[in-house]
Amino acid sequence: MSTLIRLKGITKVYEIGRFKVPALRGIDLTIERGEYLAIMGPSGSGKSTLMNIIGCLDTPTAGVYHLSGEEVQEMTDNELADIRNRRIGFVFQTFNLLPRANAFHNVELPLIYAGMSRAERRKRTSEALERVGLADRMHHKPNELSGGQRQRVAVARALVNQPSLLLADEPTGNLDSRTSYEIMELFKQLHEQGNTIVLVTHEEDIAGYAHRVVRLLDGMVHSDQRQTPRSGENGGFAHKPFEDEEQTPPAAAAGA
Amino acid sequence: MGKLAVRFTHSLVEGVQIALSALLSNKTRSLLTTLGIIIGVVTVSLMMMIIQGLNRSFAKQIGFLGSRTVYVERHPWIWDDDWWRYINRPRLTMEHYEAILKHSRLAEAVAPQLWTRRPMTFRDNSLEGVGVLGTNYEMTIAGNFVPEFGRFLSDTDVRSGRRVCVIGKDIQKELFGTFSPIGRYLRIGAHNYRVVGILEEKGSTFGQSLDNFVMIPITTFIGTYGRHRSVEIAVKAKDGVQLEDLIDELTGIMRRARNLRPKDDNNFSINQQSALESFYKTMTAGIYGAGLVIGGISLLVGGIGIMNIMLVSVTERTWEIGMRKAVGAKTGHIMWQFLVEAMIICMVGGVLGVGLAALASLAIKTQLPTSLPTWLAFAAVIFSAVVGLIFGLFPAAKAARLDPIVALRQE
Repeated sequence: MSTLIRLKGITKVYEIGRFKVPALRGIDLTIERGEYLAIMGPSGSGKSTLMNIIGCLDTPTAGVYHLSGEEVQEMTDNELADIRNRRIGFVFQTFNLLPRANAFHNVELPLIYAGMSRAERRKRTSEALERVGLADRMHHKPNELSGGQRQRVAVARALVNQPSLLLADEPTGNLDSRTSYEIMELFKQLHEQGNTIVLVTHEEDIAGYAHRVVRLLDGMVHSDQRQTPRSGENGGFAHKPFEDEEQTPPAAAAGA
Repeated sequence: MGKLAVRFTHSLVEGVQIALSALLSNKTRSLLTTLGIIIGVVTVSLMMMIIQGLNRSFAKQIGFLGSRTVYVERHPWIWDDDWWRYINRPRLTMEHYEAILKHSRLAEAVAPQLWTRRPMTFRDNSLEGVGVLGTNYEMTIAGNFVPEFGRFLSDTDVRSGRRVCVIGKDIQKELFGTFSPIGRYLRIGAHNYRVVGILEEKGSTFGQSLDNFVMIPITTFIGTYGRHRSVEIAVKAKDGVQLEDLIDELTGIMRRARNLRPKDDNNFSINQQSALESFYKTMTAGIYGAGLVIGGISLLVGGIGIMNIMLVSVTERTWEIGMRKAVGAKTGHIMWQFLVEAMIICMVGGVLGVGLAALASLAIKTQLPTSLPTWLAFAAVIFSAVVGLIFGLFPAAKAARLDPIVALRQE
């Protein structure tokens, strides 16, 4: 079926001492396969909470969550862990890479938890790293990589187990504008290859890359609109942005 | 079922690999963590080795008594609470010796002993207070004395009461030096004795030399020094005879010789080497116990140290745990990872401790006969792993229970 995510009446209430804080107050949302969606909202709007629920890191207080037709809102911790392993790929703002392991080991981590054999892991990890253009940096540690490269490793890790959904939380929050662009171009490519992408951000620029924007306010859906995605400020460049980071832009495009 | 087993071993191996990479990435901290275990293992190993060395040294040193020889004497070697009873015992005489000689069927050799001390001189050399033992030919069997040069005391020597002597190695070295003593005259006390033999060196026991005495015929002894001393009778068992049976037989003979009534206690003692061994073992049981307790406490302290460090480690790596859970690690994965980390740290500590103890044993070897037994090495490593398992349980459980969302928020 083509509906990947169906949220109905999703509510999340946090209990802090005697107080009940409602973070989400009845969210209805449907996301089809292959969509590229941005979730936006001011702080306190509940977008982080919604992301946690979509990503199966948390369960709602009330409501129904169908993921690929399966109800997940009442699953056990270990069942949710399994879904996070096989069906969802996370990209965090702070990369969250193991600092003392090289890129290869970082990317293969989900496969280890999936119980995959070493040979199979090696194959898939190499493929994932190639997809993000880091095949030649496999054995580098995070501190030997630039910010953009680290985030690409994180994206490779998110993709390595071929999940149905890519979930990115402020993926460019720790990157400069040029590297941010490179990452967003990568996401664009992944979307064109058929991946479903849900982006959570508070930056309009970044949300502009998505094909649909859902805005939250006070725990409810405020607006849900399709849009034409932007193509990026440096759309005139001929080469792929992450092949050769040291290369300076050709003089011809300087005035574009 | 087979697939499940494969997956289990697989995750076991993976868990070990994850743990190893985590430990190797921070070698300093891992090493410091394991220090407590190392100390504990070294302590227990050292105590075991020292005790083992003492045991062996002791066994070697009392070996000179002979494992098949018993000694009929007035007093027991080891005095217990009834010591007041021993004080008033009558002395043993040559008649008792003769009774045993006549009536014992289980004895291979029966030798009487009378002891005193006298100064000795040869030419310009002299020694004070050297032991003089009056005995007969049987002593060579009963006491395992073997002449290296010359001969032992003979029956004729004893019958004739000759003034001959057999000297120990120390006497030869200190009084005769380069001279061959055989045939020469040694002055013992107020008399001259002709040297007929030199005994094999026996070494020393508990710091006392065993070669520092001379033997003369017992008849000569009695004639020169009187018969007022208590005789000691050394009896060696025939081959195949149990020592207990020999002791029973000798007890019977002695009781009859002393006209003891059935309800009377023995007023003599029959001593044997194994009594000393038992005594020694009870003495050292306390040391043994103390060693185990000290070692146990060290390991306990080490374990608590492990637990503390692991708890700190869990706190520091909270974000990492959150990330692992986010990419699909289950509670069991995290639990296993930290348990294995704790166990590996402890086992490494165990191995290092054993290594250090082995080095230490080289130093101890100069003083005591000892070595690091293999079983101890294995036991130390296995026990360390168990300590790691037990003390790693709490931190591992804490790590496994972390909420991934909360954990991910950590810097």
